Amino acid sequence: MEHLKPDEATRTEADGESMFFNVPLAPDIPIYATTAAYKKDPNPNKLHLGVGVYRTEEGNSHMPNVVRQVEKTLANDPYADKEYLPITGIPEFNRLSAEIIFGSDSPAIKESRVTTVQCVAGSGALSLGAKFLAKYNHQHVVYLPEPTYGNHFNLLSGSGLALKTYRYYDPKTRGLDFQGLLEDLDSASVGSVVVFHACGHNPTGVDPTCQQWEQIRQLVRLRRLFPFFDCAYQGLVSGSLDADGQSIRMFVRDGGECIVAQSYSKIMGLYGERVGSLSIVCKTADTARRVESQLKLIIRPLYSNPPIHGAAIVTGILKDRNLYKEWTAELKAMSDRLVKVRHQLYNALCERGTPGDWNHIIRQVGMYSFTGLNEEQVGFLTKEYHIYMSSDGRINLGGLSSNAVPYLADAIHAAVTRIN
Amino acid sequence: MSTSTVARARAIRWWDHVTPAPKDPINSVTEAFLADPCPYKINLGVGAYRDDEGKPIVLQCVREAQAKIESSNFLESNSTAVSSKLVEESAKLVYGEDSDVIKEGRFAGVPALSGTGACHLFAELQRRLYPNSRIYLPDPTWSNHHNIWRDAHVAKKTFRYYHPDSKGLDFMALMDDVKNAPDGSFFLLHPCAHNPTGVDPSYEQWKEISSLFKVKNHFPFFDMAYQGFASGDLERDARAIRIFLEDGHLIGCAQSFAKNMGLYGHRVGCLSVLCDDKTQAVAIKSQLQQIARTMYGSPPIHGILLVSKILSDPDIKATWLKEVKVMATRVQRMRAALRDSLEKLGSSLDWQHITNQVGMFCFSGLTPDEVDRLAKEFHIYMTYDGRISMAGVTTKNVDYLANAIHEVTASDQDAKVLCNLRA
Repeated sequence: MEHLKPDEATRTEADGESMFFNVPLAPDIPIYATTAAYKKDPNPNKLHLGVGVYRTEEGNSHMPNVVRQVEKTLANDPYADKEYLPITGIPEFNRLSAEIIFGSDSPAIKESRVTTVQCVAGSGALSLGAKFLAKYNHQHVVYLPEPTYGNHFNLLSGSGLALKTYRYYDPKTRGLDFQGLLEDLDSASVGSVVVFHACGHNPTGVDPTCQQWEQIRQLVRLRRLFPFFDCAYQGLVSGSLDADGQSIRMFVRDGGECIVAQSYSKIMGLYGERVGSLSIVCKTADTARRVESQLKLIIRPLYSNPPIHGAAIVTGILKDRNLYKEWTAELKAMSDRLVKVRHQLYNALCERGTPGDWNHIIRQVGMYSFTGLNEEQVGFLTKEYHIYMSSDGRINLGGLSSNAVPYLADAIHAAVTRIN
Repeated sequence: MSTSTVARARAIRWWDHVTPAPKDPINSVTEAFLADPCPYKINLGVGAYRDDEGKPIVLQCVREAQAKIESSNFLESNSTAVSSKLVEESAKLVYGEDSDVIKEGRFAGVPALSGTGACHLFAELQRRLYPNSRIYLPDPTWSNHHNIWRDAHVAKKTFRYYHPDSKGLDFMALMDDVKNAPDGSFFLLHPCAHNPTGVDPSYEQWKEISSLFKVKNHFPFFDMAYQGFASGDLERDARAIRIFLEDGHLIGCAQSFAKNMGLYGHRVGCLSVLCDDKTQAVAIKSQLQQIARTMYGSPPIHGILLVSKILSDPDIKATWLKEVKVMATRVQRMRAALRDSLEKLGSSLDWQHITNQVGMFCFSGLTPDEVDRLAKEFHIYMTYDGRISMAGVTTKNVDYLANAIHEVTASDQDAKVLCNLRA
């Protein structure tokens, strides 16, 4: 944002003139601008494949059944109050969230080496993690994969951390640039923080394989880098929470330390309720205790204590065996639908003989696909077909219903054949 | 050695240098209270309203709003329409129902994570736009104000406010400090029910403060966390702000719905910054949204929905206004009861400040030692500055409290008697 120089920013003598008279208008955030444009568009065939929100086959925003049930229970509970939560949030929420991420049998949890605090969604967890690292990590460099979630830069740089990138996506293969990744991490200085997407990489949908994760882990430990996981799609990628948590769990099994920012926005459809957590896995229980006390000091001046409603819903679901089972079944169904729609799109493109190799659509995983369409082609899709997506070519498969697949395939076919 | 032991031995020691953080003074009172097994313990620490049974309550207006929004489907964080509604209705409470400010869109308003979040957003804005400026905080003020501006890397200074001898406002000193601050300084003001002292300037004093602010071109930032709790009337409690508005100040205001709507845990508040015109307001709002996006994106939708429903539905709003009056009145009754009880016990100390001070808190004048004794001997908990949350006082415990205070201040009373004898 444009910064006013101190000598420019003085009040005039003018009666009632604002202190902020020359504040510039901040730029629009692209992904939200896309949503706004989609909403304005009157065309009946329009498709919203932009912002990462999971929708049903009918194209409606999806509230998992279990969420509805628990909300009703909470509303009707005569004993539920709205008192302040502790600074670190609902203790049960924290405990259960850690179990989701690390597994209930995790040695780190059993040894009380993990501190987990409730945060204001994944964004809040990322920014809290960044603030903590800025305060206590000797090295202030953070490596982000190239490309990464659009808001990572904002969330992590706000605390004074210097940002660098490491190679990740290979546009030629539309897969992982594994060699590039290893080389870049190999040359990072000791103590650098490295951000990893635990599963379902946003925006590319490209995840390392198990073997590749193991190599990454070895390199990270060898080079003494600090892993910071962004975990926003656990369960949505493979349909299994445990399978999707393997990357993180590898880094815990080796006895080392790491930080995990977790979001319940997508996996429980709680977007607007802002529910997430930050976990820091430490060497000892005593360290974890001290770290938690320092996290409290950072949280208090930000917002004193986290919001109750969303976390209460999550806790209600996770602690009830039946509701938990129902939720994991819903997660599997959501994940299955994403896979199904990927195959449908791939098949549709093959049927049309659309030039190019579209294999990556079924190789990539999770909610997003990096189609490989360029900015001009994306613009064409929006203008001619009223299809809204990110200008980097990312589509949100969560927003694509089976019915719309033929239309999308037609559009992509047209874009690719008419524009090179 | 196993691989993992080797790994552990060689692994960098990341957090060894992390020391345990000091405990937050207000939260540690609650912790100590919760840990106490005594059945007649009293919590006079955190500023959360309790009914006469000492229980937290969910307001009727909240239940009604809850029922109405149950079928709503607001899942996505982009619920701009609802946020705008909240901001508009909240602004009416600050600027007045029919204010031109609202009609002309001359303010930048964003929902915030309660009062703390609103203050924090403003502190960040202040730092970005005026990196060399300071914030002047009243002495004393809510302890977290210091944390907020320090965390935003804005330098702080205090201005004199509370007079420990009179247990009232040190008006001369306040005006002096306002005058001596460099022109164009940023000041934080509590428009009503000052926390922790309960000491508010009078109407005439506010007018004088506003005039001096005009001369000095200072920026008035109001933190309004207790609107309705001072007098029981929301409009009346916004008087100080209205005085400043009439005098043409362009103010900033943080609002919290934690106390006056009992929505503590939901973290609902609002930040507004008054501007010259709509264009400027749009610019400032965009900056504030950008700041929020670097921290958490947007506040939780549930609380926003509740407040927006309460404020925009005339019937529910009417219920709310009544409930605010009930809460404020109960607190006023407890003030009177406590003072009465102490005077009946024959305390020779002056306790009129209990009823002079307004809002949720009473700055009792108790010393840290006396506060300690109250906790250890009587299981009565309050912060070390002697601040009593009057909302924790009930008809059942007020006499016990008075007795306890009377006991621990025995030596003060003796000292007073001796002083009088010598005089």
